[in-house]
Amino acid sequence: MINHTKGGGMNGETPRIDPAWLRGNLMPRMSRRNLFKAAGVGVGALSLSSILAACGVKSEGGAQGSGPPPAGDEGSASWWAEQKLAKVCNFTNWPAYIDLDNTKEGLERHPTLLEFFNTTGITVTYRADINANEEFYASIRPALESGQDTGHDIIVITNGQELTEMIQLGFLIELDHSLTPYFNENVGPSAKDPAYDPGNRFTMAWQSGMTGIAWNTDYVKTPVTSFMDLFNEDYAGHIGMFGNNADAPNYAMVALGIDPTTSTPDDWQKAADLLIQQRDSGVLRKYYDQSYLTEMENGDLWMSMAWSGDILNDKLYFPEFASFEFTTPSEGGIIWTDNMCIPSHAAHPLDAITTMDWYYKPDIAAQLTEWNAYVSPVPAGTEIVKADAEAATGADAEVLNTIASSPYVFPPDDLSAQLHNYRVLEGDEIQQWNDLFQPIFIS
Amino acid sequence: MERPLPADLHQLKRPSRSRKKALVPYALLAPGGLWILLFFIVPMVAMASLSLQQGSTLEGYTMTWHFANYSDALSANQEILIRSLRNGAIVTVISLLLSYPVAYWIAFYGGKRRNGFLFLLLLPFFVSFVIRTVAWSFILSDEGIVFGTLKNIGILPDSYHVIGTTLAVIAGITYNLLPFTILPLYVSLEQIDRRLVEAAKDLFSNRLQAFLKVVFPLSLPGVFAAVLLTFIPATGDYVNAGVLGGPGTSMIGNVINSEFIVRREYPEAAALAFLLMMVMLVGAVLYARVLGTEQITT
Amino acid sequence: MSVTTADPQTAAPPVPARKPRKRWTRFILPTYTGAFLLYLSFPIFVIILFSFNQTRTGFGTAPRVKTTWIGFTTEWYHKLFQIPDLTTALSHSITIGLLSAFAAAILGTFVGLALGRYQYRGKSATDFLIFLNISSPEVVLGAALASFFVSLGLPRGLFTLFLSHTMFSIPFVAITVRARAAGLDRALESAAMDLGAGPVVTFMKVTLPLVFPGILAGFLLAFALSMDDFVISNFVQGPSQMFPTYVYAITKVGIPPHVFAFATLIFLGGVLLASLQFVGARRKA
Repeated sequence: MINHTKGGGMNGETPRIDPAWLRGNLMPRMSRRNLFKAAGVGVGALSLSSILAACGVKSEGGAQGSGPPPAGDEGSASWWAEQKLAKVCNFTNWPAYIDLDNTKEGLERHPTLLEFFNTTGITVTYRADINANEEFYASIRPALESGQDTGHDIIVITNGQELTEMIQLGFLIELDHSLTPYFNENVGPSAKDPAYDPGNRFTMAWQSGMTGIAWNTDYVKTPVTSFMDLFNEDYAGHIGMFGNNADAPNYAMVALGIDPTTSTPDDWQKAADLLIQQRDSGVLRKYYDQSYLTEMENGDLWMSMAWSGDILNDKLYFPEFASFEFTTPSEGGIIWTDNMCIPSHAAHPLDAITTMDWYYKPDIAAQLTEWNAYVSPVPAGTEIVKADAEAATGADAEVLNTIASSPYVFPPDDLSAQLHNYRVLEGDEIQQWNDLFQPIFIS
Repeated sequence: MERPLPADLHQLKRPSRSRKKALVPYALLAPGGLWILLFFIVPMVAMASLSLQQGSTLEGYTMTWHFANYSDALSANQEILIRSLRNGAIVTVISLLLSYPVAYWIAFYGGKRRNGFLFLLLLPFFVSFVIRTVAWSFILSDEGIVFGTLKNIGILPDSYHVIGTTLAVIAGITYNLLPFTILPLYVSLEQIDRRLVEAAKDLFSNRLQAFLKVVFPLSLPGVFAAVLLTFIPATGDYVNAGVLGGPGTSMIGNVINSEFIVRREYPEAAALAFLLMMVMLVGAVLYARVLGTEQITT
Repeated sequence: MSVTTADPQTAAPPVPARKPRKRWTRFILPTYTGAFLLYLSFPIFVIILFSFNQTRTGFGTAPRVKTTWIGFTTEWYHKLFQIPDLTTALSHSITIGLLSAFAAAILGTFVGLALGRYQYRGKSATDFLIFLNISSPEVVLGAALASFFVSLGLPRGLFTLFLSHTMFSIPFVAITVRARAAGLDRALESAAMDLGAGPVVTFMKVTLPLVFPGILAGFLLAFALSMDDFVISNFVQGPSQMFPTYVYAITKVGIPPHVFAFATLIFLGGVLLASLQFVGARRKA
């Protein structure tokens, strides 16, 4: 970490920061004297970490993510056994991702959570604050680093760099699957034992979705069939790409016929070249986050990389967006998974894991799918959605039938075969990847 | 310190007062200074130290006095850094030209309603930035009230768009920084002695000359403050560039943001941030030299 | 560099008031100022207009603002407090805005006075510090503050928001007050002292009223800064959302029209305050 000349000696800590420090238990109250001692070390030697060191962050052995936590530690079976229900749970998710019902008074409710409350007595405070994995992770990282409660009991993170890093740094509580009966019984093969989290040690899928291409038929007259349609100069200034660190790079590889999961740095370079070629041709309006959808709705964006459920939702519920189409083009598509997980030092872990498991109850999973039109991790829900669609009448029937028959909600085998996963990046690869792709987006 | 004679005599009678007086500025500085020390300097010193470290998020960081972080940051981002400084300069000039007449009119002709006008100027800025930007994106959208109409009449080609271009970025930053330009201008114009202005009008044959020779020089401290308060945030902006810009319009703030949030390369990000601050500081000092002031924030 | 005020002795003797020339040019500045004010408020007018727009809601979805005109409604004003998250976020923002602007106005005024009225050792250091403060990129400051609060063990929330907002507002107040204080006529204060007023009385009765426009401008600037801040708030807010961060997050999926209704009310409330000031000014005049 630092050349502590004075500061480092205080706790006899080695001057090198080890990962254990990052999750060390910070004493919540540090004495003012120690703070000033730390501050007095001198400009060169002072860092936040030295302040932390000054107030006694203990060094703990062994990074998580390799073996199970020692008995008694957070995430161990004995630790889980000691947890009690607090009857409250802070659930933070992405926007427009949960069932919603407006009461007569216009209040918003989430029926699946209401039913959960009626069954278990746990009040879930649901917030839809996550718009980008990177930004959300950056906002909770300081608390995680110093071993404090982030204020969230459940967070939903897409499989990707951030999730991998959180697992490796021990920022997530290991799940005790003896507490997840619905999950154990109903989880589908796509969400069980994923490559980014073998054995579901830290995560349980919320929903999966596809990254493909959406277009507005009012402006784009010929249907999109290929990734290369995003290079069409006829639509210059009205084409959008994702600017996050996973979608566009992985998709460019798919477009080049490379399977991202087994790709090498050479392949990354090819993908980067393709993306640079697209950018420099001047066809792009912007690199987007979730806001691509608003611009599509405004009519400013005619064709864009898109997430399946967003487009299906708009088509289903808003007649003015009937002109939207979504496809995974001939080269294939990307499938990703948003994962529920419990950040370390969460205040209500038992309530959290109980809530997470609730969404693996088939009828609850079906309700969720009927609302958000994403891919469910619970195959048993499929039949319920189909049955509901048959039973429904009027406008509901139309919506439910569309969902039940959509390949982007229930992917048939031939589509599944065309879908690729993100490359799981480890160690130095992360920096190599980001150094290659980020300058493309930020230019 | 020059003081009128009677006051000096006063002090001669009570010599202890002058020593007490010497402490006054420090007493005035203490509370605000402490606040800044605690919530600005301490966190920033920690950042400065981080900018000289090496390592990774997974393995932690070691202090190695790695000054190469700075040269790397400079060489990797030269183009964007220059673009940011250029945008900052353009925004500053436009804002000054737009704001000066308004500040002048309110200061000299606003009468008792001056505070009301000032309030009206600031009012749009109480309705949060995010909402104003949303409104602008409504207005400037391709099919919105401005461009949609122009396209329908046939003045603009269908594919014309402003959002995603440097023009949109500069317009957005300028709009959002106008209060920072106008307030310091107003404050210094408002305290100019009216008798001087009247005298100038008599001395010089036309009003323009009177303005150039008397009013404008007297308002220079305000111009100086306005330039700094506009130029610095304009150069460091990233939200406008992020929301209204497109490929090829990013500013240095976007790079810092990306290094901090997306790439999580903290030492590089911190180095780049300090590099930006140093460049602006050098610019401000040079500018102060040219203007002949010793202070950089007046 | 300080502005010297005219010595009354050398100032030109009062000239007979010139008849205002009836030239069209005298309308240029007021017209321009009016146009400028309109330009600044233009986006707000759009917001006001669209706060009365209907929306179409689909099955089970929340209403969101449409960019095209559908039809007139006052629905969103009736349902103003319907979204608890929004109401809370707004009240957080207003509270923090007022408190931090108030604190910054006091602390910043002292700093501005010290800079504008006194020569002391370390003045250039103060200068330098203020410069650094306003020139540090928000992302860096936000990240640094977040780590700092965490390392202090301060839970992030309204209190840390208050601390941070006050911190970044102090220099802005200091600069505006300083510009004002530097040009003040010292003779006035000396005169008060000679008349037997103590330093405190002199400060309250003479200095303060003279620099008050600077303080007011600083206060307003600080309030606007706080209401506007997104980046730093996002880092230090913890679980308590602010108006800008709430709106920013919701923008990605569509803004509920209630947000526009609130924005309209804030704006109109401000206009009302300003017009009261106008009326008051007319009475006094």
